[in-house]
Amino acid sequence: MTLEIIGITVLWLFLFGYVIIASIDFGAGFFNAYSLLTNKNHILIKIIQRYLSPVWEVTNVFLVFFFVGMIGFFPKTAFYYGTTLLVPASLALILLAIRGSYYAFETYGSRGHKGYAFAYGLSGLLIPAALSVSLVISEGGFVSLVDGAPVLHYQELFYSPLTWSIVFLAITSVLYISSVFLTWYAKHAGDEEATGLMRKYALIWAFPTMITAFGIIVELRAHNPEHFENIVDIWWAFLISGLLFIGTFWLILMKRQYALAFCMLVAQFFIAFLGYGWSHRPYLLYPHLTLYDGFTNEAMATALIIAFILGFLLLLPSLHLLLRLFLFNKEYVTGKKNHHV
Amino acid sequence: MANEEAVFFSRVLTELTLTFHIIYATIGVGVPLMIMIAQWVGIKKNDEHYILLARRWTRGFVITVAVGVVTGTVIGMQLSLLWPNFMELAGHIISLPLFMETFAFFFEAIFLGIYLYTWDRFENQKKHLLLLVPVAIGASFSAVFITMVNAFMNAPQGFDIVNGELVNISPILAMFNPAMPTKVAHVVATAYMTSAFVLAAIGAFRLLKGSNHIYHKKAIYLMMKVGFVFSIATALIGDLSGKYLAEYQPEKLAAAEWHFETEENASLILFGVLQDGEVKYQIEIPYALSILAHSNPTAEVTGLNEFPEDEIPPLYIHYLFNIMVAIGMLMLFVSGLYLYAKRRGWRFVNQKWYRWLIVAGGPLSIIAIETGWWLAEVGRQPWILRGILKVEDAATTSNHVDLMLIAFALLYLVLGIGSVVILSRMFRRNPVEQELQDRTREKGSDF
Ligand code: HDD
Ligand code: HEM
Ligand code: HEM
Repeated sequence: MTLEIIGITVLWLFLFGYVIIASIDFGAGFFNAYSLLTNKNHILIKIIQRYLSPVWEVTNVFLVFFFVGMIGFFPKTAFYYGTTLLVPASLALILLAIRGSYYAFETYGSRGHKGYAFAYGLSGLLIPAALSVSLVISEGGFVSLVDGAPVLHYQELFYSPLTWSIVFLAITSVLYISSVFLTWYAKHAGDEEATGLMRKYALIWAFPTMITAFGIIVELRAHNPEHFENIVDIWWAFLISGLLFIGTFWLILMKRQYALAFCMLVAQFFIAFLGYGWSHRPYLLYPHLTLYDGFTNEAMATALIIAFILGFLLLLPSLHLLLRLFLFNKEYVTGKKNHHV
Repeated sequence: MANEEAVFFSRVLTELTLTFHIIYATIGVGVPLMIMIAQWVGIKKNDEHYILLARRWTRGFVITVAVGVVTGTVIGMQLSLLWPNFMELAGHIISLPLFMETFAFFFEAIFLGIYLYTWDRFENQKKHLLLLVPVAIGASFSAVFITMVNAFMNAPQGFDIVNGELVNISPILAMFNPAMPTKVAHVVATAYMTSAFVLAAIGAFRLLKGSNHIYHKKAIYLMMKVGFVFSIATALIGDLSGKYLAEYQPEKLAAAEWHFETEENASLILFGVLQDGEVKYQIEIPYALSILAHSNPTAEVTGLNEFPEDEIPPLYIHYLFNIMVAIGMLMLFVSGLYLYAKRRGWRFVNQKWYRWLIVAGGPLSIIAIETGWWLAEVGRQPWILRGILKVEDAATTSNHVDLMLIAFALLYLVLGIGSVVILSRMFRRNPVEQELQDRTREKGSDF
């Protein structure tokens, strides 16, 4: 394995981590707001707050890790993506900022206003939408070099069906991942009513997710044939991912083994995510930037990888402690004990 | 091909974001240490007041951390959005500490989550206190790492440029650049100092607003002690920072001191105004600049005349420097006198005017932080990487920076007002007296 591949793999794994935990967070916010509208809030609020409270800051660090690591391993991305993403990334940042701070204000400060809950829920859909635009751009065709500086063509981006499918996929995945997780979590907490409601949402959002995912592959055929070819080359990975999807769906439908269902869902997304990343190689931005010409120097790459390994050794036990104390702690999850400051 | 408008708005937006972030970041670095000290004293003395102090500070801290985290995320990404050319270059040489900083955040975030949700969960309180240690370490190390990056911008090293190509890159050399020791130490010490004075100010404010509870008095005394220690450290390290500047960035020191001609026996100029190149109404301290720069009253100090016109930083940093130093000296005096008077049993420090002075110390320390950063950053102009890359060549070429500036300005307004409102509401609804009573009832003990 070359240093380039190690670097991008590490980053891709952290991005995957972010996608999963942030989806749970974003989706939970949306379901919370939606249940306020339909007067079912009493069912969900406890479950959602118990899960989200101790981990929200950790979720955010995954994102920071990804973009800081990207600059470290692939400094040239700063030049291409930094210039072109100014508007979508700034929008995502503003939404993230409002969301993160109001979350803390509400949870630790004082119960507020319904309006915040709605803004909070809505932002959970808009943020993935805005962030996913960077994936759209990476497929090429929306950026050209003018006087040596990359320029983003907003109109083409706006009218491209690929944009809207990827944005739509981001949103549906958020809702799907989140509802499957919360089904399990509610069950784990022994809350039958919440389990039932979340299960219903999981079933609803499963198919739109799969259909858009397929749609994107079809659209890539026209938009970026090279990428499409690479996807077809590893069709088996996407097949496995599809089978795992069916497994998850089946378990949820049969009301069986929600923990396993969630694991299969993670595996499904993991394989699809890796497969997508693998087939995207070697381009970071079609056709301007590849892994190889965007890569940092060897001294820095080695230093970063060493720092990463040491840091990871430090984090793993800490994360384990966090999960043991909150996610898997029966007394905490069921709300029997509350030791909040 | 620099886009002048984009450069201008990128500067303003960077200034705005950093100026806002640094308030919350400073509190984020310093307050965990103060909580730790209070909780430790509480456990040692078996005094419920200190424990409650730790607990209430933690609650407030959660709000400031939230704003610190979100604005930090903003600046982290904004650096690439607004300064892509700089970040591309920096990515090659100085991304190591930036990367390590995320681990420090990670560490802090995980243990903060645990700490917040495990009050009274452990039989042995010391175990709970132990959970705070990684929070404090993580927060302080984020400051250390990010300041290393900033130090690199002032004194870049650890690479060579041959025919426009970067060669011989050494991330470690880049991290341990000459600006690093004083800068890191000064930033960390001032964060502790500021946090201590902010917390003391809150206590003094409660006393002025009618409370007469011993709880607040204990808080003030403890924080004045800590603040005093760190203001001494701040002044000493600040002096070393001046010596660093004299050696490595003489133009910054000369501009900050309005030192126009290279000369020996240089005197220090405080305040004053510039009229047609003449300094007027200033206070002059003979030999002091030579001492600040070289620890020697007769030493020669480089003046601005040695530098090309277009590499001289704006001269208004003189005032920033003066304000920072004046506040540092004032706070050293206020806290020192307070401690001395308490020991001697002098009553005047319990009077209203002195308490107002302590209240002022909180915002003043934050102003010192702001002016200090503005001094350091504006004093580096026109460079973004001193001697290597100019600000105007580093900025984005995008045409939408002005819109983003407005959007972010609104965001900071909302966050700023929001955090202040929430904090004051949180503590007003649950006053100390009430909480102490509740806890007495819960525990059935007497204190
Ligand atoms: C509570 C805040 C505070 C206080 C009281 C002081 N400072 Fe400071 N100063 C800072 C907060 C600060 C800072 C925000 O931390 C800076 C900005 C960038 C940096 O490295 O530290 C800084 C920078 C800074 C610099 C520029 C360093 C550079 O650009 O590389 C010098 C020379 C001093 N300080 C010197 C002093 C002296 C002699 C003080 C006398 C008491 C003093 N400071 C008090
Ligand atoms: C890693 C650390 C830092 C980096 C990479 C960085 C980057 C930059 C950049 C790109 C600029 C634009 C140049 C300009 O506007 O002239 C700038 C200026 C500035 N930065 Fe820093 N900065 C860092 C640390 C800080 C911190 C912590 C503060 C504290 C608030 C700060 C305050 C400022 C200010 C006030 C300016 C405006 C200078 C001016 O008027 O020109 N910086 N910095
Ligand atoms: C250009 C300069 C800076 C950048 C790019 C930056 C970046 C960041 C980022 C990305 C975060 C969020 C981390 C998370 O998700 O948990 C953050 C928060 C934080 N930053 Fe900054 N930062 C800068 C300046 C500073 C400085 C100078 C200090 C210290 C003096 C500092 C101290 C902190 C702390 C302690 C936090 C954690 C939040 C808190 O406890 O309040 N930062 N910063």
